[in-house]
Amino acid sequence: MTLVSPTVRPVAIASDRKPVLEIRNLSVDYGYDDNAVHALQDVSLTLHAGEVLGLAGESGSGKSTLAYAATRLLPPPGVITGGEVVFTSSRDGHGGDLLRMSDAELRAQRWRDTAIVFQGAMNSLNPVYTIGKQLIDGIAAHSPRGQKEAAKRRALELLDMVGIPKDRLSSYPHQLSGGMRQRVMIAMALALEPEVVIMDEPTTALDVVMQRQIVEQVMSLKNDLGFSVIFITHDVSLLLELADRIAIMYGGNIVEDASAREVYREPRHPYTAGLLHSFPPLHGPRRELRGIPGSPPDLMHLPTGCNFHPRCPFAFDACKTIEPALGPTRFEAEEPHRSVACLLHDPAVAPGPVPVELGVRPTETSPLIKESSTS
Amino acid sequence: MPTPHEEVTRSETQVDAPVLETIGLTKHFPVHRSRTRVVHAVDGIDIQLLRGKVVALVGESGSGKSTVARLIAQLLGSTSGVIKLDGAPVKAHAGRAFRRYVRNVQMILQDPFASLNPIHTVRYVLGRSIRIHHPKAKKAERAELLSGLLTQVDLVPPERYLDKFPHELSGGQRQRVAIARALGATPKVLLADEPVSMLDVSIRIGVLNLLQNLKQKFDLAILYITHDIASARYFADTTMVMYAGQIIERGPSERVTQHPAHPYTQLLIASAPDPDQLTGRDERPAKGEPPSLITPPPGCRFNPRCPFAMERCLTQQPPVFQVGEDQEAACWLYAEDASVEREAAFGVRA
Repeated sequence: MTLVSPTVRPVAIASDRKPVLEIRNLSVDYGYDDNAVHALQDVSLTLHAGEVLGLAGESGSGKSTLAYAATRLLPPPGVITGGEVVFTSSRDGHGGDLLRMSDAELRAQRWRDTAIVFQGAMNSLNPVYTIGKQLIDGIAAHSPRGQKEAAKRRALELLDMVGIPKDRLSSYPHQLSGGMRQRVMIAMALALEPEVVIMDEPTTALDVVMQRQIVEQVMSLKNDLGFSVIFITHDVSLLLELADRIAIMYGGNIVEDASAREVYREPRHPYTAGLLHSFPPLHGPRRELRGIPGSPPDLMHLPTGCNFHPRCPFAFDACKTIEPALGPTRFEAEEPHRSVACLLHDPAVAPGPVPVELGVRPTETSPLIKESSTS
Repeated sequence: MPTPHEEVTRSETQVDAPVLETIGLTKHFPVHRSRTRVVHAVDGIDIQLLRGKVVALVGESGSGKSTVARLIAQLLGSTSGVIKLDGAPVKAHAGRAFRRYVRNVQMILQDPFASLNPIHTVRYVLGRSIRIHHPKAKKAERAELLSGLLTQVDLVPPERYLDKFPHELSGGQRQRVAIARALGATPKVLLADEPVSMLDVSIRIGVLNLLQNLKQKFDLAILYITHDIASARYFADTTMVMYAGQIIERGPSERVTQHPAHPYTQLLIASAPDPDQLTGRDERPAKGEPPSLITPPPGCRFNPRCPFAMERCLTQQPPVFQVGEDQEAACWLYAEDASVEREAAFGVRA
């Protein structure tokens, strides 16, 4: 895991990198009638080539829904009610709007361009087939007929790549440990060398030692094969380590989008700040933690205005009526690449300056950056 | 509600005898269709729980930590070993003896979505606990106890929650009801088996802080079982690390997390995500998987994964060695005649 020099990075992200997957104004409902739950509301997010984008949020915040909707894997009663998801290959420029592709196009596109590693490897593998059969099946479906031998060779290569002994090809899923099953899932996702890999909580069911192994493996594969990753998890501390950029979701919206270091050092949204105060630190001084009062919102009865206002320590009157949009922070001049959805950062409505906790000026932290990069 | 801090007036000098103690607690599960082979789930565990103290039991999945909780709760019979409550050995499987035992030792389970019966209201769930453990209470007293329980777990006003069904509550509120149910027995010991790992991150700390307050208020002894060593540091006074059914390290939480002695604890701490340690990460690769508990490796059970494994680690099981003042580790590196190897492994350390 490398820490890219933070002094050069932020500005480079916005201009130099090519977008691979652009999600624009995506909305998803669960249910068909007037009582439908609005699980995603106008969510926009861009993944650049070679980037690791972390998507963090509590259960019910819509992070998995976003991943499934963007790949058109959303099971009923989930309905995509609007938006577009544009894939543009960084290799040869092919692509298009995934939401408007025909079934045949979509079938060809899946796995080749975007692959997904599902939550819970226990349930994602078919228990009555060997992992070899499942791997070869997928590869064969995307290659010309009569290439079974080549597919088998490729399957062996993939197992080797994720560090599973080759004789495991004829094992059934129950004969493998949880970590190995997760590796098989990753090998499957990488079978056709996709450009985008979406990982939906790939390590949640594993313990920390195994989590570390898997994450390090994914990162080294990413460096070798050059794909982009959307990493979905509720564990912000893990994301801070491995993601280039983090998008924080709350109640079906993205509330903050910034680089990992910025999220950690200079959170701009009260929810992000609260989330960072919910993890007991392993090192450093032991301090009293408060977490965030209240409970995550019920999507059936979302509060008016800002979804977070009932739990927000900085809420003021306008928060109850105005729904904040994802926009620039108060320090736009210094950090044009960041965005946050909070009225505190809207000078037209905010009652005063940004509270100290959320208003660490970007320049003030530069000594800190130097310290951490040299030590 | 009185503030919990005022109630702790117990003199610190008083040397407590453990309220609950296990000596050599062992559980072997039989393997299907085999007379001789067993799963060594828990092997010779010694735990002392003191009043007003939290002991954390940390380990990865499959290390046997939940089995320990079930053994202490007497939900499973042990293969060998003794459980002592207030100094007297107890063996309570069912009936009155079991009920007397659970009045003192209550358990909170991991998943509040599964541990509350969906067809009963909060009133019924807590009412059962009160009825069973305070059989002589009058109706008015019971009502008072009921709202008292909810107040203690910060579900206020109680009337708002009494007639709710579990599905109407959030995960955090459900876990609070489960805690209230345990408190209904006015226990001395609380066994908390991963009480927050199924909850959303933003409310975990709230539940841990609640347990902390209750501990001080009622002078509870808490066994906190978790796989998250950072939360053990935050919440527990003593931390014990479990690996493959055995305790391999024990000491004050701060000491164990900041200066881990056993190579496994070191691996565990190096693996935990920590945003403050991005640059200074120890690049020791985490290799291998936990061993089979049917045929555990001879000698130290960690030896196949241990970067410092020596010859005797492969054959002899390490006893518990004292490391520093109050920390102990079951690792041959801390044997008196292994100082050379110890320095080679860790460098010269205090």
